[in-house]
Amino acid sequence: MTIASLEAGEIATVEGYLNEQASQSRLVEMGLLPGTPVRMIKKIPLNGPVEIKVRNFYLSLRRKDARNILIKK
Amino acid sequence: MTSASSIKDRTGDWIALLGNPNSGKTALFNLLTGLNQKVSNYPGITVERKMGRAVLSDQCQVEVLDLPGTYSLAPESFDERIVSEEILSWLHGPSPPRVIVSVVDASNLERNLYLTSQLLDLNIPVVVALTMMDLVKQNDHTIPPEKLCEELGAAEVLHMSARENWGVKELKEAIARVINEPVNGKPDLPFALSGPVRSSLVHLMEFFKKEFGYGSRLSWAQALRIITRDSVLDGFLQAQLDGQKPGDEQIRDLQKLRDASISELKSQGHNPKTLEAHLRYRWLDGVLNRSGKPKKQTVDRSTTSEKADQILTHPFLGPVIFIGLLTLMFQSIFTWATAPMDWITQGFAILGEWVLVSLPAGMLRDLTVEGIIGGVGAILIFLPQIMILVFFMTLLEDSGYMARVAFMLDRLMTKMGLHGRSVLPMMTGYACAIPGVMAARTIDSWKERLVTILVLPLMSCSARLPVYALMIGTFIPRKKVLGLFDAQGLTLVMMYLLGTVTALVLSKVFSHFIHQKGQSSFIMEMPPYRLPLARSVLRQVSLRSKLFVINAGKIIMAISIVLWFLASYPKLEKTNEDINPIHHSYAGKIGHAIEPFIKPLGFDWKMGIGLITSFAAREVMVSTLATIYNVEAGGKDIVHLKEALLKDKNPQTGMLLYSPLVALSLMVFFVYAAQCMATFAIVRNETNSWKWPFVMIVYMTALAYISSLCVYQGGRLLGFG
Repeated sequence: MTIASLEAGEIATVEGYLNEQASQSRLVEMGLLPGTPVRMIKKIPLNGPVEIKVRNFYLSLRRKDARNILIKK
Repeated sequence: MTSASSIKDRTGDWIALLGNPNSGKTALFNLLTGLNQKVSNYPGITVERKMGRAVLSDQCQVEVLDLPGTYSLAPESFDERIVSEEILSWLHGPSPPRVIVSVVDASNLERNLYLTSQLLDLNIPVVVALTMMDLVKQNDHTIPPEKLCEELGAAEVLHMSARENWGVKELKEAIARVINEPVNGKPDLPFALSGPVRSSLVHLMEFFKKEFGYGSRLSWAQALRIITRDSVLDGFLQAQLDGQKPGDEQIRDLQKLRDASISELKSQGHNPKTLEAHLRYRWLDGVLNRSGKPKKQTVDRSTTSEKADQILTHPFLGPVIFIGLLTLMFQSIFTWATAPMDWITQGFAILGEWVLVSLPAGMLRDLTVEGIIGGVGAILIFLPQIMILVFFMTLLEDSGYMARVAFMLDRLMTKMGLHGRSVLPMMTGYACAIPGVMAARTIDSWKERLVTILVLPLMSCSARLPVYALMIGTFIPRKKVLGLFDAQGLTLVMMYLLGTVTALVLSKVFSHFIHQKGQSSFIMEMPPYRLPLARSVLRQVSLRSKLFVINAGKIIMAISIVLWFLASYPKLEKTNEDINPIHHSYAGKIGHAIEPFIKPLGFDWKMGIGLITSFAAREVMVSTLATIYNVEAGGKDIVHLKEALLKDKNPQTGMLLYSPLVALSLMVFFVYAAQCMATFAIVRNETNSWKWPFVMIVYMTALAYISSLCVYQGGRLLGFG
């Protein structure tokens, strides 16, 4: 499962990254590390970006980057 | 590259402010220096270096450097690169800052302290300013600064709130203390590296130690960071271009060592891209636990901003609200400004009369009335409209709403070859293209940044507003359309829409011809909504107004004076009754010479002169027409420009010269035309080449001419005008 598969309001824990993408470095620097809880806030329709809550702040990222972050519920 | 150049001329003590985007660095900078740099609620408002002077105490004054925000010393976008290059220049240059003030948003400790932990490695004393304590106190989880200071190994840690203006005095004292008695950090990294990781990085570490003379802690930190991404290595290349260390040989060695470390770490099952972040966050979690931060999770708690966003970024309601707000903004430009505009018109009329009565007849009086009062007055009328525009734009930014607009529109923008982060630069373009072009620095992908810059001048800036307002106010009737909209306001919205839609369509076209370099992502923090501060909004409005008035005072006055001479001389010996002497003046001759080229667009020679003078600034079109009509009228009275335009007749046919169709054609011309030379100079700077400004001038000129031609000729075929 990835962050992109969460529905709005669902909480999960980051497990890791699916494959190496350029965005990964910045996401971990912002605190999206294995073991970090996240909550899905909103998904913009038509494959738009998603908004999540992580470590007390709200973060938007594109769907392709959300699909790269593995989670477990 | 503007970043590291002015290092050499820096003398004496200086300090630097560093922190995450939107952590309040610039607000603190303003409090420390008494300057008025732009502060807002959007991550990435500051995109360049700024210096100011702060008085810390009677004995201690320092220069203060404000930098763009960044999440890490490994850069992703151009504004972040400015920060990492600046820091390299400290490490390799002769005069590093005496103190780094690490500005930390206290409501997001972990993420903000990540950057702090990188700064602590630089062997420069770090004072941590925990800002936005006003926000934290509401949610009440404060941790004692002394404890945090000890755990981090910082020189000092202080609480403060720039918004409520407390804690600044204590911060100044702390900085002065640390300058007098520097507190150096620990000599080693605060977290341990495992044996295999150590041995994979040790050669890189030794390279930094030996070749650049770094201390042990910094050498390990640079080794950890250079393997995370190519941009860190590029930073060293850039430092070389700026004439600092390292040399060619060193770069080659560095590259080789880096490649070796990366493949060794990978063979051990480590991910070099994320290793640094893992180590630092693990350490920070410990630091915060020991400092007494409550260990409860916060992701399940929803803030007021989140609740507001259920409506404001709702999939359907969100875009509707955004369009509604824009329409309201442009409508208000007309409806709210009417009264103050009338006052200014009357004021200048009274001033003109007074000059007519008090100065003796002659050249000086003619110049003052026809050239200066006529020309400058015609422009200053539009000040209220520009103030209203800037007022709305500032509200949208300061409230935190612009970040949401970027979020909602990212999908649409990427489809058009742009980026969610293109929204703010393009909206800024409604005020002026120049800060807009600079704001594009926050876009992490070069291609999307370039496309944003290329189409940005199509966003109708406030210098076009006087032209639109004059044409609309003169030729579009004041009546209600569909019972709701004002016809004048609606026409203005149409002009803005025309420019905006064309910008989006052309982005799509341009993005086919420009190749992607590197990646593109939209990793953006949504700042909490905050009530805009009156002082911040007023500061923006007064700043823009001042620029506009100064422009009117300098450029427009100069052009009005020159134009007055060109339009008044040579004086004819014998005045022919039928033909006004202005036709034989220099300006008249120039205008008549270009008239054949612009006649197909519906423009006459007067507008032709305006098109030439508007190369200095678009709004000069209005003052040019005003000056010409005043000269033509012979200085007996101040000419009311609207009436003059409505009454002006073609001397040969006796028909009215202008019509709503001509006005429309002129407005469309102004939507597209490449007129502002200052914009192209900035684009040259930002893209490092004359190629892109040239491309812009060509496409915009072609677009302006062809569209105006279609509007005017098409309109005539349909029987208008």
